[in-house]
Amino acid sequence: MRPAPASLPWLAAHETRLAWRDAMAMMTGGHRVRLIGWMAGGGTVYALMLLIAWFSVRPWTEAGIVIDKKALVFISGMGVLFWAVTLSQALEAVTRVYYGRSDLDLILSSPTAPDRLFAVRAGAVFVSTAALGMLLVSPLVLALAIQDGPRWLSAFLVLTALAAFSVAIAMILTRLLFKLVGPQRTRLVAQIVAGIVGAGFVIGIQAAAILSHEGFSRVALFQSESLIASAPDATSAIWLPARAALGEPLPGLLLTGVAFSVLAITIAIIAPSYGRLATSAAGLNHIRSQRRASTSAFRPTTQRQALRRKEWKLLQRDPWLLSQTLTQLLYLVPPALLLWINYGADSGEGTFTVVVPVLVMACGQLAGGLAWLAISGEDAHDLVATAPLTQGTILRAKVEAVLTVILLVLAPLVVLTAFASWQMALITVICAPAAAAASTAIQLWFRVTAKRSMFRRRQVASRAATLCEAFSSILWAATGALWAAGFFLAFGPAILAIAVLGLARLIAPRPV
Amino acid sequence: MPAALSISGLTKSFDRPVVRGVDLTIAPGEFYALLGPNGAGKTTILRMVAGLLKPDAGAISVLGVDALADPVAAKRRMAWVSDEPMVYDRLTPLEYLDFVAGLWQIEPSRARRSAEDLIEWLGLRPHANQLCGGFSKGMLQKVALAGALVHDPDLIILDEPLTGLDAGSARQVKDVLRQRTAAGVTVIMTTHILEVAERMAERIGVIAEGRLIAEGTLAELRTRIGRETTLEEIFLDLVAQAPVASGDTV
Repeated sequence: MRPAPASLPWLAAHETRLAWRDAMAMMTGGHRVRLIGWMAGGGTVYALMLLIAWFSVRPWTEAGIVIDKKALVFISGMGVLFWAVTLSQALEAVTRVYYGRSDLDLILSSPTAPDRLFAVRAGAVFVSTAALGMLLVSPLVLALAIQDGPRWLSAFLVLTALAAFSVAIAMILTRLLFKLVGPQRTRLVAQIVAGIVGAGFVIGIQAAAILSHEGFSRVALFQSESLIASAPDATSAIWLPARAALGEPLPGLLLTGVAFSVLAITIAIIAPSYGRLATSAAGLNHIRSQRRASTSAFRPTTQRQALRRKEWKLLQRDPWLLSQTLTQLLYLVPPALLLWINYGADSGEGTFTVVVPVLVMACGQLAGGLAWLAISGEDAHDLVATAPLTQGTILRAKVEAVLTVILLVLAPLVVLTAFASWQMALITVICAPAAAAASTAIQLWFRVTAKRSMFRRRQVASRAATLCEAFSSILWAATGALWAAGFFLAFGPAILAIAVLGLARLIAPRPV
Repeated sequence: MPAALSISGLTKSFDRPVVRGVDLTIAPGEFYALLGPNGAGKTTILRMVAGLLKPDAGAISVLGVDALADPVAAKRRMAWVSDEPMVYDRLTPLEYLDFVAGLWQIEPSRARRSAEDLIEWLGLRPHANQLCGGFSKGMLQKVALAGALVHDPDLIILDEPLTGLDAGSARQVKDVLRQRTAAGVTVIMTTHILEVAERMAERIGVIAEGRLIAEGTLAELRTRIGRETTLEEIFLDLVAQAPVASGDTV
């Protein structure tokens, strides 16, 4: 039986159909046979994750898991980390519910009640947040369930509850932002908050671990004796989620009951304002942003300077990109902190085996993103292509624009490193630009004609480019780490990184 | 004096032949309208002239410059405006024109003067320092047109420049194009608005199935079909008479 048109189930069926077709198109690209490749590849990656999880929890389960304060602190800490990531994801997704325009104009101009649409889309955000979270954590949970008993399966229930809380908080936060900063700024602020919550929280914990000399590990703080000592007693209600994850039925029921009630109540409260807020967000397309007349306009310039200046201006004025860059830069905080702590101290150079690869990796990834924007994300492709300059000049200018930004980000950290150890600064100066240049070259070879607004989906557009870029950055980071640790074998990953680059050149599509 | 545009034997295929051996010569200072049904190959021809597509065969000469052998020299003399205005959301019209002037290496004081004039003529003065992101299609098209004119090209190629423009904006664009042709600039334009071609073009070319099936002044085209009628009637008659290319699915 078909549900009544414009009813909640009808809208849910419509959304599900679209989501399913979107996912299939993304995976198969119109070729059904690719689905087999996806399943085989996905299965292999998942098996690998399961294997890693299996051996990670082995010592713990072999020693026998004792449910004491130490275990509760550790499980809760991991839960908080997971929750921060789901909150970040939910914030981004909820923002898209208000600002994504694909079919919103059609639905909002129809007699369908907008609050129903909001309820369905909020539900979809919850399902996707919970599903992704469970997929990521499932290898760990399954490994624990097999080795220590099925009680660990109840962790999935806790993950679902945490996802429900995340979506509810994301909705409340977005609604508050609409009220406080207005529709024009809500998207930007929400994206920055999402970036800070997602990366910032994880990094904050890492920073706290560094500051308390517990080490560089993100989970070190949850095993710290001082934290365990200052935590509430094992009978405290604060450990309810951890106890639920360990399979205690009452905390489990209580947690999921509260989480789903909070989600349902939040949807019911916020849904009535959805139509009005989505409409005000739609009106933003027609708002014109006034800029002060530039004093540097119409000055003598070369063609390459003109292109570089344009790229920098666009990067600077792209709020979404700004939040993405900010997130990338946040990852540089822990190594910077480590440098600061060790600056002047006779701490040896062991810590640099961690700092150097982080810097190299961050540079490679940042360069990849920026290179895609500058080279592929050209909004006025025809204009630039019909200008009287060679393709080589255009590409050279764009690459220069990207590498200059990387240089600006990297330089202060290298200077700081040089104060502590000039050898380590030298390694960074060699490996980080190599990673950045490799990522830029890969984006250059795999360039496509796209809009800047497609930035989010660039990985989907070319999986080969994404994989090559990731492997290249990882291998350059490994080179830096091994070199910093004084291993002669450092040239190994460097050779592999060059081989990945060669492979990328080989498989890159030839320009038509 | 060399022709503003001279094309011979121009051919291009994608999954099927799209342009089949087109020959075309346009004199300097001429306003030429290229007409044809959807998918006839008009845009493909113009994109090849602008250097945005590589022909499979044929020759293109722009004001005596071999556009295939020396594309940079040819591009220096011409401008391209597409139906979908490609303008940066996060640049203001003045910043956009500054960028274009930089690409074409226009002397700064001349570029500034030219940009200010164009902003004025096209009615963009109140929006000169606003980001283009919130502009209507008509305003974006005017910014793109200003970008095409700021470097004083000798040949302007426009692909459906009036699509989606309101009457006032269309009038402004037509006025600017008339002024340019009066000053000796060559304009080649595709359009589906036959009235515009009838009123503005000195010569009209009709493309169907990738071939130039008719060409001439309005009077010459009337003589060809043997009736004193509108361009619309002439166009429909010519396209109906055009032979369907063999091996094609149309």
